[in-house]
Amino acid sequence: MTTTTTTAGDIKVVKPTVGSHINDYWGRVRGGDLGSLPAVLGLVILCLIFGIARDTFFGSLNFANLFSQGAQYIFIAMGLVFVLLLGEIDLSAGFASGVCGAIMAILLTNHGWDWYTAIPAAMLTGIVIGFVLGFMVAKFGIPSFVVTLAAFLAFQGILLKLLGGGKNISITDTFVLKLANSNLSVGLSWVFAIVAVVLFAVVQLNNVRTRLARKLVTDPIGIVAMRIGALAIIVLVATAILTQERSINPVINSVKGVPIVAPIIAVFLVIWTFVLGKTTYGRHLYAVGGNTEAARRAGIPVDRIRISVFVIGSFMASIGGILAVSRANSVDPNTGGSNILLYSVGAAVIGGTSLFGGKGKAINAVVGGAVITVIDNGMGLMGYSAGTKYMVTGLILLVAASVDALARRRAASTGNR
Amino acid sequence: MAATPLLELSGIDKSFGPVQVLHDVGLSVYPGEVTALVGDNGAGKSTLVKCVSGIYTIDSGTVSFAGNPVAIHSPRDASALGIEVVYQDLALCDNLDIVQNMFLGREKKRGIVLDEPTMEQMAGDTLASLSVRTVKSLRQLVASLSGGQRQTVAIAKAVLWNSKVVILDEPTAALGVAQTAQVLELVRRLADNGLGVVLISHNMNDVFAVSDRIAALYLGRMAAQVKTTDVTHSQIVELITAGRSGNIGLPPEKPSDFSGDIVDITPGGDK
Repeated sequence: MTTTTTTAGDIKVVKPTVGSHINDYWGRVRGGDLGSLPAVLGLVILCLIFGIARDTFFGSLNFANLFSQGAQYIFIAMGLVFVLLLGEIDLSAGFASGVCGAIMAILLTNHGWDWYTAIPAAMLTGIVIGFVLGFMVAKFGIPSFVVTLAAFLAFQGILLKLLGGGKNISITDTFVLKLANSNLSVGLSWVFAIVAVVLFAVVQLNNVRTRLARKLVTDPIGIVAMRIGALAIIVLVATAILTQERSINPVINSVKGVPIVAPIIAVFLVIWTFVLGKTTYGRHLYAVGGNTEAARRAGIPVDRIRISVFVIGSFMASIGGILAVSRANSVDPNTGGSNILLYSVGAAVIGGTSLFGGKGKAINAVVGGAVITVIDNGMGLMGYSAGTKYMVTGLILLVAASVDALARRRAASTGNR
Repeated sequence: MAATPLLELSGIDKSFGPVQVLHDVGLSVYPGEVTALVGDNGAGKSTLVKCVSGIYTIDSGTVSFAGNPVAIHSPRDASALGIEVVYQDLALCDNLDIVQNMFLGREKKRGIVLDEPTMEQMAGDTLASLSVRTVKSLRQLVASLSGGQRQTVAIAKAVLWNSKVVILDEPTAALGVAQTAQVLELVRRLADNGLGVVLISHNMNDVFAVSDRIAALYLGRMAAQVKTTDVTHSQIVELITAGRSGNIGLPPEKPSDFSGDIVDITPGGDK
């Protein structure tokens, strides 16, 4: 890697080396542009603590369990990332996921629908809910805090009514039950892992190639190789652990393979990362979150964007609800209730999405969701009570929000944001 | 006048409810010239600009572009004609980089995917054509730029689209001495590239440094539109504060005889 100059137009730009790239990154971090870094560090530290304290933590049984345990938070958080990008909030996402899950369960169990009609019906419910919320916020100008707080109460009521005053509706549809409770076969697990790594590598290298062809500055190839290598190691090690036998009695029923929720999370992660990073819609979303007035003057339909984020938010909540119902085999008045919404908001914020709008990525939801799930799971393994778990989770959310606010202040003072 | 004005307004009226903000305003903008639009606070400068840029619709009057009457109903109409406004607050998104800001709302696409390489090249070329060499990277976030650099990005954003008329609202108001000089140089270069430039400013030094013509608004009326070389600082200040100065400007209560060597070129100013 030598330092050479290339030209973009007539602007002289220095071709970055691995060293200068890392320096730039460190400079951005010091300047308050932290991204997912604190969450990733936190995740590593938490995993080390729990792994040392309880050797079952890294066992494949528990590791697989993390996925289905965290799925609902991760999905709701992915939707919330969009809402938070505009500096809005959706407090009703938890119960919206409960309502959608209940609708699916009722259609499956009470009305005998098939999964391929009941699941879309639940998703459609999510979309309608999001549209109504977004319409109230964008067109009536009611603060989203108030609209979604009202919806939070109302959906709790709707859920009770749907369940006939608090009954428990169980589901028997094998497809829906498999979603959160079954695994890919060992062969398919490896196919999925390898396809994921290869796709990531192809996208990264193709990006470098097109930019080089246009004589534009690219990330140094060493950094790109490190990124691909890191993802490959994480995915392949995880797959290796998950394809171990983890049944207590393997003779009776063998349990191994990557949980089905993992590829579902991966697919949505790819879709939303693409939408946010590569499409006009995503660009406009960041613009509205960064400077609404500038976006309006640039001819961006601000109201429509505002409605759309609530639609995406509630749609993702509906998927979270479907998986929650699948995991519990049933729906009850507390599906999507208690701490689920707060854990999901926490996941998005801990992952690096700013509460002030304009900053966030789909991956934040996954990383933050992983942190939340690991705390919940690890402290459970260590035998702490629910009270302690809530207190620790609250503390970590507070730390994440402080990091966000302080980073923002730091960024303002260094002129980085 | 030899050349036809690129943009010509005449008889523009605009009211907000019972308050009439613009009375029978005329303005001509010529290609290759900087027209300074001056006036005290509340004289109607911003309103006039917003009428031209399609944010407000005019109540009556005509707008001609390159000699043809046009109707501007939205900012998109204005951009389609090639009229771009750089607002005082610059309307940049701090959380986006230079390229993303320059193409905001008009992104280049390949299929459904943003065409980043093309946008980056076009942005680089535009900045180069304005002889801007002060930015480190086109992928820098706008938040990390200085005031003068932000102004430059906002101006580059306005000229990216082969625009014909660029309206600058107080571009130097928040800048230091060196940066003001840079921006004024850039403003001059825009006009030298053949664009019609409208410069709104309170700063007489800036106005006299770069403008070819000065249009002075007084209480919603166009007091006068004169050549910069024909007037002095103090005459412009009188036009701004009193609406008239000697023989130029709005007619006094009792019309006096009109003579003198200063040629009033205000469109509709002879009414």
